[in-house]
Amino acid sequence: MKLDRRKFLNTLLSLSGIGGVLAVFYPILSFLNPPKSAEPEVNSIKAGLNNEFQANSSKIIKFGRTPVILIKTEDNQYKALSAGCTHLDCIVQYKKDTKQILCACHNGIYDLNGRNVSGPPPRPLEQYDVKVINEEIVITKLG
Amino acid sequence: MKKNYGSKLVTWIDDRFDLTPVRNLLLHKKVPEHRHSVWYYMGGVTLFLFMVQLLTGILLLLYYRPGEDSAYESVRFIVTEVKFGWLIRNVHSWSANLLVLFAFIHMFSVFFSKAYEKPRELTWVTGFITLVFTLAFGFSGYLLPWNELAFFATKVGTDIVGVLPVIGEPLRTFLRGGEDVTGATLSRFFGIHVAILPAIFTVFLGLHLLFIQRQGMHEPESFKKLPEEKKKYIPFFPDFALKDLMLWVIVFNILIFLSLYFPWELGNKADALASAPQGIKPEWYFMFMFQTLKLLPAHVIFIEGELLGVLFFGAAGLIWMLVPFIKVKHKPNWKVQPLVLIGILAVAFIVILTILGYIL
Repeated sequence: MKLDRRKFLNTLLSLSGIGGVLAVFYPILSFLNPPKSAEPEVNSIKAGLNNEFQANSSKIIKFGRTPVILIKTEDNQYKALSAGCTHLDCIVQYKKDTKQILCACHNGIYDLNGRNVSGPPPRPLEQYDVKVINEEIVITKLG
Repeated sequence: MKKNYGSKLVTWIDDRFDLTPVRNLLLHKKVPEHRHSVWYYMGGVTLFLFMVQLLTGILLLLYYRPGEDSAYESVRFIVTEVKFGWLIRNVHSWSANLLVLFAFIHMFSVFFSKAYEKPRELTWVTGFITLVFTLAFGFSGYLLPWNELAFFATKVGTDIVGVLPVIGEPLRTFLRGGEDVTGATLSRFFGIHVAILPAIFTVFLGLHLLFIQRQGMHEPESFKKLPEEKKKYIPFFPDFALKDLMLWVIVFNILIFLSLYFPWELGNKADALASAPQGIKPEWYFMFMFQTLKLLPAHVIFIEGELLGVLFFGAAGLIWMLVPFIKVKHKPNWKVQPLVLIGILAVAFIVILTILGYIL
């Protein structure tokens, strides 16, 4: 193969040109990718006092960065489930009348153990462990 | 192969939109070559820096959060956490400063070569308006990191508006979004900086560029007098465009160099209840006005000094914008023509007061 000067210089220039373009775009593309939050992984949180929480009611609690729904049933049992619907991640709610968990976005329904009963949700809600220690409600990640 | 596809695409578009005007522009536009040709490139550099501003500004917008409790924190997040965030912010700040500098150089080179004369009056006017909006970009952008320096500079800057009779007070309240510089001012400046100004700016910049393409490059008097065979031209495309591009690459490298070795400080977060720190100063391109206001006595005869200063700069700006329409008789006995003299005085005034601002 004959390699003349013009061809050689053109190749060299194109390569450095590509290098220059990459040097511009690499920072830009990296910038677009948001950094991971430095928030530490949460394994357990305190969720208020047992005697202040009424039976047959619920509240949404931040567990690290994921919302968790804490429910106190009529027979004073606690249930804690991830509150993000497995369908499209809307926040679910506890229905006092039917004793079910409803996602109002697309009428997804879960039972109190988080099992997807009807509607579009493909998977059950993730369960959390709830204990009452010294009258304080403590939610812990399972497993 | 590639060329084939390319020309097919051009033909496809040509069949539908008739690209003759574009082709004529590219093939026939030429640029005079003479010893002042270098000034032709200043507008192009300004345009390049504006494009850098546009790109880096859009990028910063992805992470910046306006608001008293989030603006400073989000900028700190950008420069400490986001990958190359420090680089993007530094390039945005440096490019802004270079942009203003090159816009001024461009303007004065046009002024002294009398390129604003008929038929280019409106090119000058749109250029001047674009410059005013550039300064507004600078002023509104300065506050956005919500640090001490910017906070107090904005307090001072907006307060000056208040000295104007009748419209002063309402205008100040409008700019600040209330009585004082608060989070409301920040929201307002943010909206002005990223939405209102870009929209208006684009219109005037578009007109400015359109006029230039329509009329071609200005030929200075000395060049016009040359006999036809002595006039040298280079084609706009590709010769001039490539030279332009090369200068852009050089300016880009300077920009990156400055951003790497002279990063912009973020400083302390603004605190409305803290007393102003030492060394509150505006950006350098406002320094000459700031310094003039500082040097003016409290009262000149019966007018407040500051009011006089603001009115003076307002009137001077207006006259400067209308320079192409002002007829000044040619004075054959004068070594320096009146308008040129005014230009030289204006440059001297700006340079001297800027220097005074930094050493006093």
